Amino acid sequence: MSPADINTEHPLETKGPRFGIKKPKARYDKQGEIPDSERVEIAMRSFVRDFGAHVATYMESCIHCGMCAEACHYYVQTGDPRYTPIWKLEPFKQAYKREMSPFAFFYRMLGLKHKVTVEELEEWQELIYDSCTMCGRCTLICPMGIDIAALVSQARHGMFQAGLVPHELWAVAERAEREGSPLGATPKVFKDRIEWLADDHEVEIPVDKEKADVLISMSSIEIMKYPESIVATAKVLNALGENWTIRLDGYEATNFGLLSGNAQWQKDMSMKIVNAAVKCGAKLLILPECGHAYGALRWQGANLYGQPLPFKVMHISEYLAENLNSGKLKVKKVASSVTFHDPCQISRRGGATQAGRDVLKALGVELREMKPTGDLNWCCGGGGGVVTIHRADDLRYKVFEIKMKQVNDTGAEILAMSCSNCRQTFDDGQAHFKWDKTANSLLEMVADNLVEG
Amino acid sequence: MTLLDFARGPALQWSLVVLVLGVAWRLLGILLLKRKPDYSEPRSHTSPAMGAVRTVFTRMWPRKEFQARTAYGSALGYVFHFGLAIVVFLFVPHILFIRDLTGLSWGGLPSGVIYATGVVTLIALIAALIRRFTHPVLRLLSNFDDYFSWIVTTAPVVSGLMAVAHLGARYETLLALHILSVELLFVWFPFGKLMHAILFAVSRGTTGALLTRKGAAT
Repeated sequence: MSPADINTEHPLETKGPRFGIKKPKARYDKQGEIPDSERVEIAMRSFVRDFGAHVATYMESCIHCGMCAEACHYYVQTGDPRYTPIWKLEPFKQAYKREMSPFAFFYRMLGLKHKVTVEELEEWQELIYDSCTMCGRCTLICPMGIDIAALVSQARHGMFQAGLVPHELWAVAERAEREGSPLGATPKVFKDRIEWLADDHEVEIPVDKEKADVLISMSSIEIMKYPESIVATAKVLNALGENWTIRLDGYEATNFGLLSGNAQWQKDMSMKIVNAAVKCGAKLLILPECGHAYGALRWQGANLYGQPLPFKVMHISEYLAENLNSGKLKVKKVASSVTFHDPCQISRRGGATQAGRDVLKALGVELREMKPTGDLNWCCGGGGGVVTIHRADDLRYKVFEIKMKQVNDTGAEILAMSCSNCRQTFDDGQAHFKWDKTANSLLEMVADNLVEG
Repeated sequence: MTLLDFARGPALQWSLVVLVLGVAWRLLGILLLKRKPDYSEPRSHTSPAMGAVRTVFTRMWPRKEFQARTAYGSALGYVFHFGLAIVVFLFVPHILFIRDLTGLSWGGLPSGVIYATGVVTLIALIAALIRRFTHPVLRLLSNFDDYFSWIVTTAPVVSGLMAVAHLGARYETLLALHILSVELLFVWFPFGKLMHAILFAVSRGTTGALLTRKGAAT
């Protein structure tokens, strides 16, 4: 299917409360016109190519104890055993055993593991994409320590190569690769927005400075849906007197290459920002309120670059925490109770669990933690590209009920988070359930309460 | 050659050969695969190696947030793993058997304690099997390996208890069957999930090192 076909058959819905593509008719989505047998071959070849010591270790270690199901919001909410995290990898385990394991010859010779079929991969499309946000709770419960979330990410590579990706996710990723943004936040659109915001809010937003110490990246969700984030970022950096810039040749931090499973697109998207930072001699790259953007650049960026990055990478919440803790940034106290939603890729998978809490401490709020919280907090259900997949909406709302209960149980007045993808998932859930809680950006809370001078 | 001679002689030797070579082949087949260097700047001051070792131990028990949902499965697992360890390593005839093989020996527990432990272990193993048959998740996940591994684990417990109770046949025959059942376990060990007795450390350590580098919860 060509990009033009995709745009005609599944037009992007950019005016609604969330972005994406209207529900496709097909239950199982396929891209391209290739014979099914070839799809399977391509998927398996890609999967086998990705195999290294880590994947092999995990594939060999599962004891089928089923504990991972108990950590997964999809299983916990539905009781459907198919949502058991390790089951989501079953065809890939099968392929590993048959093609790559130390006893592969044995399995093939005795016919113990049959070849994976396209029907299996089609069926698993839902399990690999619609019902896994790669939140990593399963990784923390596994008694064998298998990093199931990382394996799902690897499995998506094979699915993408075989053209077996949910249409919306595929189209959004393709658009991001082609236009530089999944949601139409092209350099021109972004520049116009910056000019408008700078005028409207009387804030200086430097663009395309040749040299700067700090490079700011943004998420297209923020650019298109929460543009106040751009203003908030500018206010904070200006208050700190930073020599900073936004660069139109590398600003888009969302990485739908990563989410959809296209490793090359993932690299292309990350390298734009890395190259922009190198070009302007940045000492620090600040990543926006976006969970997977943090994982993509903070933990995978250097590996795509092929060497250590010549600059530091921080999530905006880490940057805020560092400057609030050191006293460089000053904020007014907020006399409210707040509960904080941990974005999975920043807290559990990213290690920056404390940053958001340090920011809230500086704001002087009464922090009411959810149960469980921090590294074990529940996912909002929209990560991993799931929020773009419309056919997964009902399931996503089902798992969102956990979040609503968690938030309601705290009785907090304000709900804060540091990920715009989570925020958009909360906004959508709020509208769906007519819930009285609105998600707030941690960054915007800080910017709204800055003490000048 | 009697059945007992066969069990103690060639069957033992060959099963040990399969065990050692099979374990080495499977382990090396995993460990010698390529490892990509990680260029990301570590957050944590704790070395990934330290994190790996720590995670090998911390994953022995589910975090408190997971305990309510995993209590029964964890308890069963604990009972039969500890039970097996006690019976295998603290029963005096087993210690003598290991001494003959390796030259190493240590003190054992009174036989009565071992018999009682064997019975409890068997009950836990049966409960684990029933759970595997009846729990929707376990039923879906389970394959030949799971059931066969259960059989080769349980057979030595059953045959051992029968041997000490002189139940069903001559003692020598029961003893031979007991030894042969252990040898079946040795032979199956490298090929199926029983390898987790070794792989648990590799797998936990791998994730422990990765997450420690990020300063994330392990």
